[in-house]
Amino acid sequence: MQNSPLELSLLSVILFLITAAIAPMLSSRQGLLIKLSFTFSSVSAFIAAMSGFMSVSAGTVDRITLLIGLPDLPFYLRLDPLSGFFAAIISLLGFFISIYSIGYVRAFIGHRSVTPLVVFYNLFMAGMLLVLLSDDAYFFMVSWELMAVSSFFLVCFEDDHAQNRRAGFLYLIMAHIGAVLILLSFGLMAGFANGFENFSGYTFSAMRYSHMPDVWATVAFLLAFFGFAMKAGVFPLHAWLPEAHPVAPSNVSALMSGVMLKTAIYGIIRVAFDLLHVSDWWWGGIVLIFGLISAVMGVLYALMQNDLKRLLAYSSVENIGLILVSIGLAMIFKSFNMGVLASLALMAALYHSFNHAMFKGLLFMGAGAVLHSTHQRNMESMGGLIHKMKWTAPLMLLGCLAASGLPPLNGFVSEWLTFQSFLLSPALPSSLLNLLIPLGAALVALTGALAARCYIKVYGVTFLGRWRGEHNTVIQEAGWAMRLGMIMAALACLALGVFPTFVIGWMDVIPEMLVEAKISTSANASGWLWLTPVAAERASYSAPLVFLGVLAIILAIYKAFRSKSMPVRRVPAWDCGLGGLTNRMQYSSTSFSMPTRRIYGFLFNIKETVKYGVNPYLPMFNNKFIYHLKIRDRIWHIFYKPFADASFWIARRVSRLQHGRIQIYLLYSFITLIILLVFA
Amino acid sequence: MINEAYPVFMESLQVIMVLVAAPLLVGWIRMLKCWSQGRTSAGIFQPFRDLSKLFIKETVLAENVSWIFTATPYIVFGATVLAGAIIPILSVDLPLSATADIIALVAIFAIARFFMALAATDIGTAFGGMGASREMMVSSLAEPAVLMSVFTVSLVSSSTSLSHMAHTLTSSPIVLRPSLAFAFLAFVLIAIAETGRIPVDNPSTHLELTMIHEAMILEYSGRHLALIEWSNMMKLFLFASLGIASFFPWGIAGADNIKMLPMALLALALKLALAGIFVVVIETVLAKMRVFRVPEFLGFAFLLATLGMLSHFILE
Repeated sequence: MQNSPLELSLLSVILFLITAAIAPMLSSRQGLLIKLSFTFSSVSAFIAAMSGFMSVSAGTVDRITLLIGLPDLPFYLRLDPLSGFFAAIISLLGFFISIYSIGYVRAFIGHRSVTPLVVFYNLFMAGMLLVLLSDDAYFFMVSWELMAVSSFFLVCFEDDHAQNRRAGFLYLIMAHIGAVLILLSFGLMAGFANGFENFSGYTFSAMRYSHMPDVWATVAFLLAFFGFAMKAGVFPLHAWLPEAHPVAPSNVSALMSGVMLKTAIYGIIRVAFDLLHVSDWWWGGIVLIFGLISAVMGVLYALMQNDLKRLLAYSSVENIGLILVSIGLAMIFKSFNMGVLASLALMAALYHSFNHAMFKGLLFMGAGAVLHSTHQRNMESMGGLIHKMKWTAPLMLLGCLAASGLPPLNGFVSEWLTFQSFLLSPALPSSLLNLLIPLGAALVALTGALAARCYIKVYGVTFLGRWRGEHNTVIQEAGWAMRLGMIMAALACLALGVFPTFVIGWMDVIPEMLVEAKISTSANASGWLWLTPVAAERASYSAPLVFLGVLAIILAIYKAFRSKSMPVRRVPAWDCGLGGLTNRMQYSSTSFSMPTRRIYGFLFNIKETVKYGVNPYLPMFNNKFIYHLKIRDRIWHIFYKPFADASFWIARRVSRLQHGRIQIYLLYSFITLIILLVFA
Repeated sequence: MINEAYPVFMESLQVIMVLVAAPLLVGWIRMLKCWSQGRTSAGIFQPFRDLSKLFIKETVLAENVSWIFTATPYIVFGATVLAGAIIPILSVDLPLSATADIIALVAIFAIARFFMALAATDIGTAFGGMGASREMMVSSLAEPAVLMSVFTVSLVSSSTSLSHMAHTLTSSPIVLRPSLAFAFLAFVLIAIAETGRIPVDNPSTHLELTMIHEAMILEYSGRHLALIEWSNMMKLFLFASLGIASFFPWGIAGADNIKMLPMALLALALKLALAGIFVVVIETVLAKMRVFRVPEFLGFAFLLATLGMLSHFILE
């Protein structure tokens, strides 16, 4: 291999762009277009993933300057282990999803042209990679916009529903408010790096070595944090996320939820650790608090949803929250110069980013397969899919187990690392933090338990039980391409869960670069079987042994107690002797989450109405029972509605200036000119 | 040679003991309960007879169930036995105890519960879903509380490894720590909820308005039911041993010392017998509470555990 990782990832970006460019030429032959373009995308995603993995393994920093762009403002590109790691995550999931898309996108043939989907899919992938590769603020913003705009078109792909257009619009607005905040933050950093008069401070390397006054560093950090938080869907800036993610085609939802949010995480880590070198501990405190709120609120909202994809979108809010909790801890430890602990917490954050990408990608792909065969997203009228979808069902089960944080799957490893970093915190010298951190650990534990509840609902209502719908739909299993994409993601979840020591050894170079300490020497001290983050007597976890142990005991018991001589008899389920059980009598998604509504109801805006129809012959008994439930994001009324109303109000006031007569507009220009001449 | 064989010997001894002693503990509790209610008991060995009866009975499955339902008893049993191999019950020197620390141990119990709830929804009747929903309500409140409670202990010994926690407590001088007192109270409340005892759940009821755990396993029969019942007994035993190992570890055998084994066995039997008496007293004097009072109960436990952790940070 002669090429450097950076050249390889550039090659893949170029391949994505070429695929996007040639797609319209094939738009008359949709079937061929899908096969060809998504094969191309998967190849280029694979190349990018290789480059990312190589970059992290080598631990080197590559730089290239591209002499394109504005005069005197060349594009600086850089691939270091941090961006390489995120490039690896993004393109690995991109690779799985591109293969999945070969099967999934075929469903649109005959309904609408898939050409825009193919074009913007490739632009989106290229945009995400360029965000990671860019090494100057200018190119970063260009790539950021490429990513935001192309994903906007993907959200609006099925634009014949008003709901989708509304979601896309909301997404576009919020993405741009976030982008403005990020731009302002970069502006501040660039200004302090090399004066506000020239542009030479706009590269990241100039920002890295600048010394900002503390106040301005704080302002820059907060601007960047809230800007990226908008993209990451941090509560309460998440409003666009549960609207936009579900309406996009499922392969795009998987990309958006699984990896697009990670570019924002990358941005936060890059700005906080690399460009601004965390100075105050309370920066970490802010990140920690927002992370905790997002985690708890995200999972609670997820529990309330009946729409499968919307539920998964809210669950992304939760997982981003968990990642931010670890980042916040890492920042706190870093500010107190506790290198090893910072490295442990940062490792938990990065590991969870990887895990979330894999299992959320898998879950969204599975949701896509369900959507593909049932033509609906409402879980209330699903059920029993495990009997029809022999492949999707076990794969989804793996995804649900991983998302619930159960060993031996990957979600548990990062949760465990997060808990370990919480439990190591007593060494901190601040008493305020010592109050905050136990509460934080408690909330993370609560989140984990609620996530398990949430995924039992997902799996139990969608795949188990009996079909709840009114009509009997013919359920078809997903095709081979879709299965292959899901199988690879599921294997990644399993591998990340069972072999954490290898993964930690591989990516340990990132904390070493950012917080000048690494944990792999102690984490792998007792051999690859045992994960011992700090010391063996402190804590240990052996994922391979848990996996093998449970498996061995299960097999032994199965051999011992399963007697061939006694056949198993199938009988109807117990109906209390009354008879006449119908499928509508099963517990539904709404009834499953009823205890949660009751316990945490005060956090939501719940409207519950019940209407009875009275039977004229037997007035004691109701013959009809109409139940209506509406749950809304309370935050919408507190946080967004005033802003939306205010902006409409201002817009109406300002619109008085417009009369549609050219004379008046000329007068405006004249007055402006006079004012400028007077003051300039 | 003896030094190498010792941990393996202890490990196998402990697994066998968990399998055998769990039904004994349940038999002991039932016997005490009979006595306290003025009934004649069926003896301490009745659970064994119940289990062996179930193992030879025919297995009947509901029409709709999938492989999840048939695999669940094995998974639940496997996870529970693995947990039994990890908790330091007889000795702190177990080869498998480093496999999982306390956090992973809680997660291993969570695997069992996850599959049990899935199996319940697999049947496709209202009972199963109701049981699963209620069980997950209880566990989603109990799990954070149990983690908080054991976190407090792990802060005292600055380790989350159970063996190490037990070792630190036994080898340090006895001091009364307020954080441990809070954590222990919380742990007792949670253990009652997690093992499905009165006042949270009644293991001997089949009334649809009140049952939680029984609603989930209503459709199980034959060897499947036997496995689930057995793992449930082990769960009670393991929660009792977990409480003993984290709060009262004195008596557990140290490393490389076979002479301590009889003492360890005796101490364990004594402590478990006391735990059994405690359970019976609670079950006799309290009535089962309404399902929606359970969150208050567990919320209180969570609060206690968080208080314990806070008091460790502030006072110790």
